[in-house]
Amino acid sequence: MTDPLLSIEKLVVGLPAGADRSHAVDGISLDVNANEIVCLVGESGSGKSMTAHAVLGLLPKQVTALGGEIRFGGRNLLGIPPHEMRALRGNQIAMIFQEPLTALNPLARVGKQVGESIRIHGRMSDAQVDARVLELFGQVGLPDPASLVSAYPFQLSGGQRQRVMIAMALANDPKLLIADEPTTALDVTTQRQILDLIRNLQKTREMGVLFITHDIGVVADIAGRVVVLRHGKVVEQGLASAVLDNPENHYTRDLLDAVPGRGSVLAGSAKDAPLLEIRNLQKVFVTRQSFFARPRRVVAADGIDLTLNRGDTLAVVGESGSGKSSLARMVLRLIEPDAGDITFDGASVRAMKGEALRQFRRKAQIVFQDPYASLDPRLKIGESIIRGPMAFGASSADAVATATRWLEKVGLGANALDRFPHEFSGGQRQRICIARALSLDPVCLIADEAVSALDVSVQAQVLKLLSDLKAEMGLSMLFITHDLRVAREIADRIVVMQNGRIVEQAQACDLFEAPRAEYTRRLLDAVPGRDFFRRRALAGATV
Amino acid sequence: MQGFMRTFLSRPAGGVGLVLLALVCLLAIVAPLLYPVSPWEMVGIPFSRPGENGMLLGSDTLGRDIAAGIVHGARVSILIGFASTATALGIGVLLGCIAGYAGGAVDAAIVRFTEIFQTIPSFVLAILFVAILTPSITTIILAIGLVSWPPLSRLTRAQVKTVSQREFVQAARCQGQSTISVVLRHVLPNAVSPIIVAGSLTVAAAILIEAALSFMGLGDPNFMSWGYMIGAGRTVIRQAWWMSVFPGIAILLTVVAINLVGEALNDTLNPRISRA
Repeated sequence: MTDPLLSIEKLVVGLPAGADRSHAVDGISLDVNANEIVCLVGESGSGKSMTAHAVLGLLPKQVTALGGEIRFGGRNLLGIPPHEMRALRGNQIAMIFQEPLTALNPLARVGKQVGESIRIHGRMSDAQVDARVLELFGQVGLPDPASLVSAYPFQLSGGQRQRVMIAMALANDPKLLIADEPTTALDVTTQRQILDLIRNLQKTREMGVLFITHDIGVVADIAGRVVVLRHGKVVEQGLASAVLDNPENHYTRDLLDAVPGRGSVLAGSAKDAPLLEIRNLQKVFVTRQSFFARPRRVVAADGIDLTLNRGDTLAVVGESGSGKSSLARMVLRLIEPDAGDITFDGASVRAMKGEALRQFRRKAQIVFQDPYASLDPRLKIGESIIRGPMAFGASSADAVATATRWLEKVGLGANALDRFPHEFSGGQRQRICIARALSLDPVCLIADEAVSALDVSVQAQVLKLLSDLKAEMGLSMLFITHDLRVAREIADRIVVMQNGRIVEQAQACDLFEAPRAEYTRRLLDAVPGRDFFRRRALAGATV
Repeated sequence: MQGFMRTFLSRPAGGVGLVLLALVCLLAIVAPLLYPVSPWEMVGIPFSRPGENGMLLGSDTLGRDIAAGIVHGARVSILIGFASTATALGIGVLLGCIAGYAGGAVDAAIVRFTEIFQTIPSFVLAILFVAILTPSITTIILAIGLVSWPPLSRLTRAQVKTVSQREFVQAARCQGQSTISVVLRHVLPNAVSPIIVAGSLTVAAAILIEAALSFMGLGDPNFMSWGYMIGAGRTVIRQAWWMSVFPGIAILLTVVAINLVGEALNDTLNPRISRA
């Protein structure tokens, strides 16, 4: 066997004092060969990004590599001077980042940005560079390369931007490509396309790829070999088929079991007791760049009809921009719809004013997507929670008692009352948000992508918490998500949305068994790791 | 709070500015003890050089003690600086909050109203106000406050607009809290840092406007002020430089001190700088 392309040996990366542990990466060893995809998988904080950044010498200032070796092309990358590292970066080793919007310079045309990375390292003439950029844009599957080279990043969709990033990374025919969660910020269908693209390019160019992800489904789709990380240490590594089919470490098993969407689909009850009814809801966002510019119209809701029955969970599934979050905000009157009716418990929500609206909002509570943004950073947790009950006339002592009870119920305990949001992890914060919502005793809970920002294992815990609480309190839930796997875990009925329209609405079991709409089928096919988990489920069933 | 003070004092600007400002404030407080006699009193021979006739900084054309004027002038400058900034903050933050949170037509109306004030040069407007209202310490404070609020209002509006989009504010609305409670408890505390910084710089600007008004003879005739002293001494600057130079230095030091404090506040309250 030839020498590996990249070889990391006993890498130790130190964190500054005051971090949650002393080493971000603690003795990791792994190899990436030419012409293979190695997946580095782990939860947030497992040190996977730090490892990747260490390879390119991109560690943050206070973080330093304390020991070990990173060998590439016969040299230790930890010891080489900065100008040699610059010569390697973008040339022999290239990187793709998670957020394609922030990784591109918003003020420069994309063609020029890709060309720049060729010019820096290359010896080509301007005409050759332009031709090369066109060729690259063709290779990464961008439609109409000739006109797209002169587009600005904001004119492209997220998927297109990520393709531009890939074109840029491939510009100098790198031997090693490092992809740091390149599809996490994308919709499932776009994710599928980008994954296919990376795999095809890797094959035709015989590159080595170090692919970082937290999603086991993605691993199952593209990995040749897998390295599972936890707390900066390698838990398990080996061929993808071996590790995924016969995980030896219990942590790997936990990760696999935490992936949503494998449990049995809820049968759903056919009762007819509508709590929330939405009829022919319309909303168009009109934005104007300047007084004379033609206004830009985005349709968020185009004749939406749906019904949430008492005690049911209705999942609204769609890609970003499909209008699902606007729908949740319109139900709560955080955004005013243009037309249509919303009826809650027999009363028209759109006609409510003042006190009636306040009382309605008490009964319909919301949990937002980003647990980092939805808690006031300057208020103690207790303070954040008790203001709700107190706004409805509870005495301060009663409100504190309610807050304590709910914090205990979501598994945090009373000592959380006096702490600030930044002292909690993402999953804990989401529990706090749930406690805050439920402390008002709602009958309907709206969860707007409530688990999307969380790691899979935490996601599983929060989903379980939600369904337990729902069963206990008889809540009805409007659950908004982009992830069909999550919807499958929790929903009785599912509504699929695209561009502000409902394309399919069915009982969960029917939707997964026999999707009627073409778009639903595409969404289902795009779920990462679908084949693997189906195989696994079948194998599990036969055991 | 401890971390806040540590970051603040770790910047040289913060320490120096705070010490200078404390000195000026101290002077203002102990003025009646240092110079119990009114600074308008003609206590010595006119045109005494600094150090002559027992007067540390000399005397002016009428024999008034320059040092006494500077010490008593500190009271006026500090009072006017802070009181007029408070006035400006009151108007600016109130209008900015309403505009930023309400949005729509209310927002548009308030922004247009602010722009009217911004198109008129603020010093000219201040002269006009004082001239109409007859010069006194209250009218000067009011006039300076009335010309200083538009930038604060615009800043507050922008801050409130971004913060009120954040999810924790929407969560508070969904909790059923009243609009006033949402704005006062959730929006403003998270929007206030840049406003404090801008406010501290407004203090310096207010002191300068007051000095300029007094220089033009539009000061309160009952209070000795630095601007008045420079104005009175300017005609004889070639024979008696000390009459305008010392009050000038006093204004310079005070304004620099406040600007330094403002800058250090900016660094401290900006999490991206203070954590680096």
